[in-house]
Amino acid sequence: MSVIVEQLTKRFTAGGTPAVSDVSFHAPSAAITTLLGPSGAGKSTLLRLIAGLELPDSGSVRIEGVDCTHLPVQKRGIGVVFQSYALFKHMTVRQNIAFGLETRQQPRSEVEARVDEMLRLVQLEELGKRYPGQLSGGQRQRVAFARALAIRPKLLLLDEPFGALDSRVRVELREWLQSLHEQTGVTTLLVTHDQEEALEISQHVVVLSDGRVAQAGPPEEIYDRPATPFVASFVGGTSVLRGHVRSGRAQVGTLVVEAPQSAREGEAVHAFVRPHDIKIVKTANGVAAGPTTSLVERLKSVGGYVKVLLKLPSGETVSVEVPRAEFENLGVVEGDHVHADVRMAKVFLGDFSI
Amino acid sequence: MHPTSFAPRHTRRTVSGAAPVRWLLIGGALAFLGFFLVIPLVAVFTYALQKGVGAYFTAILEPESWSAIRLTLLAAAIAVPLNLVFGLAAAWLIARFRFPGRDVLLTLIDLPFSVSPVIAGLIFVLLFGRQGWLGPLLAEYDIHIIFAVPGIVLATVFVTFPFVAREVLPVMQAQGQDEEEAALSLGASGWRTFLRVTLPKVKWGVLYGVLLCNARAMGEFGAVSVVSGHVRGVTNTLPLHAEILYNEYNLSGAFAVASLLTVLALVTLAVKKYVEWRAESP
Repeated sequence: MSVIVEQLTKRFTAGGTPAVSDVSFHAPSAAITTLLGPSGAGKSTLLRLIAGLELPDSGSVRIEGVDCTHLPVQKRGIGVVFQSYALFKHMTVRQNIAFGLETRQQPRSEVEARVDEMLRLVQLEELGKRYPGQLSGGQRQRVAFARALAIRPKLLLLDEPFGALDSRVRVELREWLQSLHEQTGVTTLLVTHDQEEALEISQHVVVLSDGRVAQAGPPEEIYDRPATPFVASFVGGTSVLRGHVRSGRAQVGTLVVEAPQSAREGEAVHAFVRPHDIKIVKTANGVAAGPTTSLVERLKSVGGYVKVLLKLPSGETVSVEVPRAEFENLGVVEGDHVHADVRMAKVFLGDFSI
Repeated sequence: MHPTSFAPRHTRRTVSGAAPVRWLLIGGALAFLGFFLVIPLVAVFTYALQKGVGAYFTAILEPESWSAIRLTLLAAAIAVPLNLVFGLAAAWLIARFRFPGRDVLLTLIDLPFSVSPVIAGLIFVLLFGRQGWLGPLLAEYDIHIIFAVPGIVLATVFVTFPFVAREVLPVMQAQGQDEEEAALSLGASGWRTFLRVTLPKVKWGVLYGVLLCNARAMGEFGAVSVVSGHVRGVTNTLPLHAEILYNEYNLSGAFAVASLLTVLALVTLAVKKYVEWRAESP
């Protein structure tokens, strides 16, 4: 294990709510690990603690087996990419990339060779003499990567690296980051609030909520087996349905699943349903209302799929995503009554409240 | 620090009102400017050159004027670098750190702005004068501060104290410290980070502060007048010398010296304009 964080706690005001509270996790070597959470979850603070830009109140940070808890940021062997790029505006792209190398007092020729290598890596060979102000957002971010990687860090820390870019560039840079990681193999910690980004590019995800670790594991596990109601609601764009325990099983709408073992008869449960885990089936007569039918309230075409807003018999509203081709076969319009077949849900005991 | 105009380039008739009102306001402003700025400016040079160019240069080059020029330059040469170092350190401290006494420091920096220069001069007289707190001690070691060059330098340093700090502080606060953190993460020491990253970022603010500091250092009258003692050829700065000549009805001499200060002001304005222009274009 490459980065081991143990019981890290940080308060910004004495006696106040900790920004990071008793956080422990490990990030595997040569992999991309994502710190995922909503804003205010403490993920940036956690990254800054690992970088050494903040000092923890308690706990420890080990990078590649070395206890770094009390090492200054300069000695940790890390590369940091900031959301704001933090490029040196008065230096050219080359000077930016060379900055860390010059600090290490390497011979001029080695520095130049390394800068060339980095420019090739981030595909900016032509732009070495430009100033950051003359580059696009995506190009600036790549310079920030090149600058951080030039010093051969043991660990690369990325603080919302694509946060300031528009969505098209974000998607492009996500793929670029993956191929960059394949080339360099540097252990990487990425902070993001974008669950899609986290699931797509990382091998390991740490979900944070209110300064604590809610769940840690591979992205599939986070998505398929959320450990807490928070993780279930934060990851995967889910709808919430309420139900009750009936003879040992949880009943939520048309769905009946195993209830958690500690469940008591009649206890309230709530279930998280993913938009693609509900199947829409036409009623026998097509459009008429019945005691078990759901009303199609709204239809919205979003690229490759159609978003269907359904009002269930219970009065609850769920969002369903139907692939475009399937939707056209279905032939449903707003105001129709259909059967909503909930095929999978993650059930938690207790009533749901945010 | 940059007085940026947010007014639209095209005057919007609906807002600015009818043409007569507009011309009345513009005319009023121009008349005011002309009366209080342009006429005095012309007058200074007219009086200075009243007796011809030869007399003008004689007045400037006579030993007492020359000594006043040298003393003014000396006071500025000491006050400006000192306040540059202090101003940078104070601005950096206040912009980057939260510590007890931060607000007090911020208030103290402004003190020379709020205290009358004459009072500032008197403070030094009360401290270092013959009857002052440290007077006996200084007399024992035969050190002269008041009515001597050190007093003039001290008073100049005091009144020009806030300029650099006040100009640099908002620039530092506006720029945040991401770049500094990036430099540290790349292995740079604190000192290297300051020299290579922080200083280049705030350089136009620093230049602007130095410029204002210098103008005030050379032009200061009140505080310097109190501690100077007006010893001709020894403790007279340019503004003091101009006053002495004026009081002796040596009008062309007084205005010749005054014209030097006026030229300094005009040069300062021009450089200030240039610095503002450079600071705005990246």
